[in-house]
Amino acid sequence: MLAHNGIIILLTLLIAIIASIMPLPLSVDAFRPDWVLIVLIYWCMALPDRVNIITAWVMGFLLDVILGSVLGVHAAAMAIAVYIVAENFQKIRNFSIWQQALITGVLAALYHLVVFWLQHFLINVAFLTSYLYPVITTIVLWPWVFYLLRKVRRHFSIK
Amino acid sequence: MASFESLRGYLQSMISPLQYIANTPKVAMTWISTNVTTRQQLMNENRYFRLNELVFHEQAMQLDILKQENERLRTLLASPLRSELKKMVAEILSVDSDPYSHQLVINRGARDGVYEGQPVLDALGIVGQILHVGQTTSRIILITDTSHAVPVRVKRNGLRLLASGSGQIDRLNLNFVPQSADVQVGDVLVTSGLGGKYPEGYPVATISYISNDESREFLRVYSTPIAQIDRLRYLLLLSDEDPINIFAPKTETEAVK
Repeated sequence: MLAHNGIIILLTLLIAIIASIMPLPLSVDAFRPDWVLIVLIYWCMALPDRVNIITAWVMGFLLDVILGSVLGVHAAAMAIAVYIVAENFQKIRNFSIWQQALITGVLAALYHLVVFWLQHFLINVAFLTSYLYPVITTIVLWPWVFYLLRKVRRHFSIK
Repeated sequence: MASFESLRGYLQSMISPLQYIANTPKVAMTWISTNVTTRQQLMNENRYFRLNELVFHEQAMQLDILKQENERLRTLLASPLRSELKKMVAEILSVDSDPYSHQLVINRGARDGVYEGQPVLDALGIVGQILHVGQTTSRIILITDTSHAVPVRVKRNGLRLLASGSGQIDRLNLNFVPQSADVQVGDVLVTSGLGGKYPEGYPVATISYISNDESREFLRVYSTPIAQIDRLRYLLLLSDEDPINIFAPKTETEAVK
């Protein structure tokens, strides 16, 4: 994990985790993009031999602890979403940036629905459409994150 | 399950630096806003606090006399004396939580003597209880969480009820209120002390809505929490005599039991 500047990957994931618990004004809080998922999708697509389902599961588990949800809920959802990327990374790489953004949106929606289903099963929560607002911001954010992380990857020549 | 709880405690301690980092922008903003207040503002505030202090001092004097009197009466009745609860002030770390539950993170942990199930109050009323404990941070579950309930009684007539969280920040549901129950809009609900978690007599909520649909088995009663749950900053933790530390070595916890 740490060879060839792999520490940078960990650093970006750590920043993503901090961004996902950073306090925001209540009006925009519902729109908080899925920072961790988006960064994981990028790394899994770019370097599938470095970042894979296990990384995703560990990150999801950290999110569980840090958000105070039942242990394993975010871990499972994250692993399922990243499994799809790991399985199809060669296809996704060849899509245009906006097609990738849409795929990221679909994965984010899947992620949120899996989290919702598990929570519904555990504590009987009701569905609100606002739970899916982050999907919109995640789609908008994808091109920026993609170009930024590509720049980071090339600059540090992470392989 | 107990081992899972301590695993969670260790994990919580491990990630607490991240929570402190995420909290820094907020801390910086508050620092700036407190440092750029005008002299005039400070003077006004000072005057206001002085007046308040006078009023509270007077009330405290009366409270002292009442306490003594109460103790004397209790000894006369040979009922057990109520011991003073220990208190600790904690500040909220503003970090985001799971949208499916109502939780908060505070800057006190096992190192400060926080234990699981400890009742948490603000200046006005009950806020919730401690859910997970880490070394330097811990997590509070609010009374408005759907998986939380408080045993309460109506202050006016002592009727016992159960206030469970609704998942909305400004509403508690009262379950299983019989149609014949004597409740009115505006009644204050205080903790009844029956669950053993919350000490008796602290305000929880005021009744805000009662449905008069007689075709239902029970009355539908809603209440609004008295504590300002959406505007919390400082909290008060009440504690018993011998709290249980999940980080304590095993022999020690066995000895406590």
